[in-house]
Amino acid sequence: MEFKTFVFYLFAAILVFAALRVITARNPVHAALHLVLAFFTAGGIWLLLQAEFLAIVLVMTYVGAVMVLFLFVVMMLDINLDRLREGFWGYLPVGALIGILLVVEMAIVLGGRYFGLDAMPTPAAAAEGYSNTRELGMVLYTEYVYPFELASLVLLVAMVAAVTLTLRKRKGVKYIDPADQVAVKRDGRVELVSMPAEKE
Amino acid sequence: MEALLEPVAQFFGPTWPLVWTLVKIVAILAPLMTCVAYMTYAERKVIGAMQVRKGPNVVGPLGLLQPIADALKLLFKEVIVPSGASKGLYIIGPILALAPSLAAWAVVPFDDGLVLADINAGLLFILAILSLEIYGVIIAGWASNSKYAFVGAMRATAQMVSYEVSMGFALICVLLVSASLNLTDIVTSQGTGRFHDMGLSFLSWNWLPLLPMFVVYLVSGIAETNRAPFDVVEGEAEVVAGHMVEYSGMAFALFFLAEYANMILVSILTSILFLGGWLSPVGFLPDGFHWLAAKTAAILFVFLWVRATFPRFRYDQVMRLGWKVFIPVTLVWVVVVAVWMMSPLSIWK
Repeated sequence: MEFKTFVFYLFAAILVFAALRVITARNPVHAALHLVLAFFTAGGIWLLLQAEFLAIVLVMTYVGAVMVLFLFVVMMLDINLDRLREGFWGYLPVGALIGILLVVEMAIVLGGRYFGLDAMPTPAAAAEGYSNTRELGMVLYTEYVYPFELASLVLLVAMVAAVTLTLRKRKGVKYIDPADQVAVKRDGRVELVSMPAEKE
Repeated sequence: MEALLEPVAQFFGPTWPLVWTLVKIVAILAPLMTCVAYMTYAERKVIGAMQVRKGPNVVGPLGLLQPIADALKLLFKEVIVPSGASKGLYIIGPILALAPSLAAWAVVPFDDGLVLADINAGLLFILAILSLEIYGVIIAGWASNSKYAFVGAMRATAQMVSYEVSMGFALICVLLVSASLNLTDIVTSQGTGRFHDMGLSFLSWNWLPLLPMFVVYLVSGIAETNRAPFDVVEGEAEVVAGHMVEYSGMAFALFFLAEYANMILVSILTSILFLGGWLSPVGFLPDGFHWLAAKTAAILFVFLWVRATFPRFRYDQVMRLGWKVFIPVTLVWVVVVAVWMMSPLSIWK
């Protein structure tokens, strides 16, 4: 067995285990941490495909930022698992239906004749000095520049919407603006008065 | 060298690449750990001098054995696991804090060609690995089952996520002007230009055209490593010692090692990205690793100097500096550099 194959199966096993633990772990923090492990391992598998840019960006955004904020929230919530599990049997048919649909869809795609080793031959080995990042950037900013900019616009709208939804100005709070505090100079606070000495 | 290694390679057979890589890893990490140990000594000496004290001076000549004595003391202490702590995570926490700061050294070039893994996306790799560092702190804070530790971890999360953004933008400027993500290429690209031809290489390094980014990167680096004046994470007056409050013995020492290893990493990265790495500052002196070491040492000294000089920021002021000052500055400067590069005044062609 080639070393790369061994690495792939090792990572795949870790990925499957971590993904399973995400949905079976009783503690939500443990579940979130297993999701982190799953993302990280998926990044490793992408590296094996020589997609180093995507792999590293996956680790950077999902592991480094998204999951950190996720953990931030999950750790502060007081989650009662028994109450979460109350409606389990009621939701089971719907959940099972969606699950079966997903499996069928994947079977159609993966088993079809447009996807497979014969339909998609192994790509030729990369040339010397090939940089995944450079290639991706070239394509993104030339051929796909409009879809790319559109996607960024959609994200921007979502961001502005999220901010405006949660923004509220409360009146009468004793909020101190750190910018004002940092800008304070000595002359604004202290006044030196020259007074002649007085005799009784 | 190759001929010398041939019999050893044959002895190990197919496992030789693995063994040879391990040897190289040890060759990087062993000196690094020594540096970390003596960084603590240097810190106490420098801050001592700035506060007109002597600093450690009892153990060994000039107190030089102090780090070893400290390490021994911590080794022999008991590692206490608090009752109610999440035990597995409690142990993993400090390990996760130290591991990324060591893993990042894989792509750091020490001299032309002297690097463990000369990969294309070196800078991205560093960014990704540095963003993992936060997990050690969060996990430790949560697993300790203590309010102080938890508040410390929350602060750490918010602070590190905020400053990573401005650090990332500063790096974008660097890779714009050097047109490469490879750290070796970034250094060699700094050794070209008008000033370099005049023999004044230090003026052609990235720090001068990217001066605001250099400052932002350095300050964000201090914030990323949770050093004073941004050490609200441990803030002993408010949250005792933050995420480390429940740790003792070697588990505590791992956090300590991680902090200092991170400091050295940020310093060496600043020297590589902005101060020309191993390039010599003037034309008539040869390039070499000693220049990189000297620049890194100078930046480390700045870290200590800053710690001895400034009082701790208040938490909301730390957040303000990150979001309302650094991020606008970096955003504007990325555009400025991009326009500058496209304009006829570009100095990077």
